[in-house]
Amino acid sequence: MNLFAEALAWLADPVHWSGPSGIAARLAQHLAITVAVVAVSAAVAIPVGVLVGHTRRGRGVVVAVAGAARAVPTLGLLTILGLMMGIGLQAPLAALVVLAIPSLLAGAYAGVEAVAPDVVDAARASGMSEAQVVRQVELPLAMPVLLGGVRAATLQVVATATLAAYVSDTGLGRYLFAGLKTRDYPQMLAGALLVIALTLVLEAVLASIQRAAARAAAPTHARRAPA
Amino acid sequence: MNRHTLRTGVTTLLGVALLAGCSSEDPLAEEPAGDAGETIVIGSQDYYSNEIIAEIYAQALEAGGYTVEREFRIGQREAYLPEIESGSIDLFPEYTGPLLQYWVPDTSARLADDVYAELGESTPEGLRVLEQSPATDQDAYVVTSEFADQWGLTTIDDLAEVTEPLTLGGNSEGETRPNGPRGLADTYGIEVGYTPIEDSGGPLTVKALEDGDIQMAIIYTADPSIQKNGLVALEDTKGLFLASHVVPLASDDVDEEAAAIIDEISTTMTAEELVGLNSRSVEEQLPAATIATDWLEENGLV
Repeated sequence: MNLFAEALAWLADPVHWSGPSGIAARLAQHLAITVAVVAVSAAVAIPVGVLVGHTRRGRGVVVAVAGAARAVPTLGLLTILGLMMGIGLQAPLAALVVLAIPSLLAGAYAGVEAVAPDVVDAARASGMSEAQVVRQVELPLAMPVLLGGVRAATLQVVATATLAAYVSDTGLGRYLFAGLKTRDYPQMLAGALLVIALTLVLEAVLASIQRAAARAAAPTHARRAPA
Repeated sequence: MNRHTLRTGVTTLLGVALLAGCSSEDPLAEEPAGDAGETIVIGSQDYYSNEIIAEIYAQALEAGGYTVEREFRIGQREAYLPEIESGSIDLFPEYTGPLLQYWVPDTSARLADDVYAELGESTPEGLRVLEQSPATDQDAYVVTSEFADQWGLTTIDDLAEVTEPLTLGGNSEGETRPNGPRGLADTYGIEVGYTPIEDSGGPLTVKALEDGDIQMAIIYTADPSIQKNGLVALEDTKGLFLASHVVPLASDDVDEEAAAIIDEISTTMTAEELVGLNSRSVEEQLPAATIATDWLEENGLV
């Protein structure tokens, strides 16, 4: 546990916190990458997922594509994209979007698909248009599952965004790479602890949002809603 | 405590237990350390070029009637040198400059013979360095030939003439090492920015050079990509980089006869031939064993 103590000492040193390559700046960069990637991925995946869940068409294709995308090794993809796009943030962002899309897609279509058919029929029977059915009935009811997808995607992206440092001077991954190559394991472990801490904070925030959505979707069952 | 909290707690405990398991495990602990010298244990770095040299040693010793055990691709210096010092490994292809810097971090030796001489004195008890080879493999600042032509660059000194801002690319550890931007400023008075690219002078680094994202990169001189991509290694006139010749590090278990076999390999191998060996690995994707056999046969060493 000596290494662990050294890592904590590294974190406690105020010298490591300030400046353009300090912990505060790296945390902000890491968070920015994560938010940007999840936002872009959500803009692509959630509409597609909702459409598939609503129409119940194309599910096989989406499952196959999402499954295949899950299997793509992000570091390999990053190297190929880096060779096409050059160094900088573009390649890691694109590789992380590929990583995030399957979870978001799965959450969106599974959530919408799971809405009870009689509820949807009732909404149609009361005169709602298809768009209204999606917006006012399916989406609110699907929200807890959909947010579960966002949560899973965020978890994966925040943990994998360390790869951004492979081809650019960005994010908490810099501590991992610098520590690994120079055998500065306290620095490396400190970087890993920072990633874990950031992940746990995001996880807690998203879990509480998800719980709120679950309460809104099924107020009477709120106490038994999945956490 | 609800079920969720309980589950989180159990998962955390399991994780800690796993981590503890990792830290106490030593992958080399089972090896019989320093046995009677009947088997020569040869190691290599986790670097394809180093593995080829180690394989050449192994095959030559086998041809000489020795029993050889291969412990290749061990990792970097900080990982394997303690194993050599403890006697678990008997023979290892090394590089004079970096090896000297491992034992004497603040050495002032820079030229090949000075480095080799000081290395001989600094080698710990029970170990010795054999003949150094003319073959070198060292860090160098590399630029594209267009960039070199544009500014008339042949040495690192010439970079002072460049009026546009310069960015150096390399592994992240280069930023703080003596041959990174700080060393360049201290030794040559040239200020450059730094961009980390974590592929050790591989294709991503070459691409960044060609795109102009960086103007200079740290690439090993024995890397075939220098020739292949028309890159120019700038001459280091002030000794920023340590001379780094291939040199075998041997324990006392390597007897005089075995040492003679290895010395012959070292004196035969030239810098160009080392690039050629590396090129067969990178371009033709041949395994180290095939490259080693071919080279030994071509040079009549087996």
